[in-house]
Amino acid sequence: MLAVAEVTPAWYLVLGSLIFTIGAVGLLVRRNPLVMFMCVELMLNAVTLTFVTFSRMLRDVHGMTTVVFVLVVAAAEVVVGLGIIVALLRKQPTATADDLTVLKG
Amino acid sequence: MVELIVFLVAGAICLGGAVGVIVNRNPVHAALSLVATLFGIAVLFIAQEAHFLAAVQVIVYAGAIVILFLFVLMLLGVDRAEDLTVEPIRGQRLGAAIVGIAALALTLIAFASTSGEATGARPQAGAPNEIAEGVADIEQIGESLFTDHLFAFEITSVLLVIAIVGAVMLSRRVRRDELVEDPLVEAHRAELEARAARAAEGAEDSPAAAHDEEVQA
Repeated sequence: MLAVAEVTPAWYLVLGSLIFTIGAVGLLVRRNPLVMFMCVELMLNAVTLTFVTFSRMLRDVHGMTTVVFVLVVAAAEVVVGLGIIVALLRKQPTATADDLTVLKG
Repeated sequence: MVELIVFLVAGAICLGGAVGVIVNRNPVHAALSLVATLFGIAVLFIAQEAHFLAAVQVIVYAGAIVILFLFVLMLLGVDRAEDLTVEPIRGQRLGAAIVGIAALALTLIAFASTSGEATGARPQAGAPNEIAEGVADIEQIGESLFTDHLFAFEITSVLLVIAIVGAVMLSRRVRRDELVEDPLVEAHRAELEARAARAAEGAEDSPAAAHDEEVQA
């Protein structure tokens, strides 16, 4: 018989740190600017998971409110970041993160 | 028992999707892996009784942000596979792995050293921002957002306007030197100038102008 373990908030925190680490490693390893951007989204999501977990742990609603703000900032960041990436890829379709200097004035 | 199964399944989906984002050679597949992670996190939000945030997570992230990624990928035609076997900078992978292990170890040690309490903070009974039992989370988030965080909320609207203006400026295709070379635009501009010149002539010959001259005389 499988011993039934209880899911404590620490499990969620560990999962959040794992996702954050995977995102950080991906950001450092990949050279495609779009994939690097997706890795930033992964890291942001790991942080929102941590916020919700702490909100439930400490029974404080401010954690959830912060997640709403994180979502807004993530949306704004994606819009501007993709604008830059579109400008970059239009100039040079094979561009990687090393070629951002082609946007120079 | 149910929470354990939900956590294990959703956690596996999250981790699998996250690994898929960084190992997939094709950016479109990476974007689809990202959707899996985002859905897994939405399920974990529901498991933690944050129903409103789970819905927002699916609508904003999976529904808007990933679609934006896919639009850029497909409209610009950059959805070709990337060669992951070459390492652009020597020692980059090794360095990234060391940084990743260090970051993971740091957070895990922080959790372990506080024996499951993580920050050492304790829930405070009777605090004004305490999550009340039996009240919908959307109600409590709304109240917190429009009372304690009202100024920050207004500032986010300014941020969104700035982001829109920035995106329009960045993705503008027409450049000034291209405008001059385009024969259609040139013809249109010539026509506009001719019309303006005609209007100026007409104004000089118009009765009102003649009347002005009489008054001056």
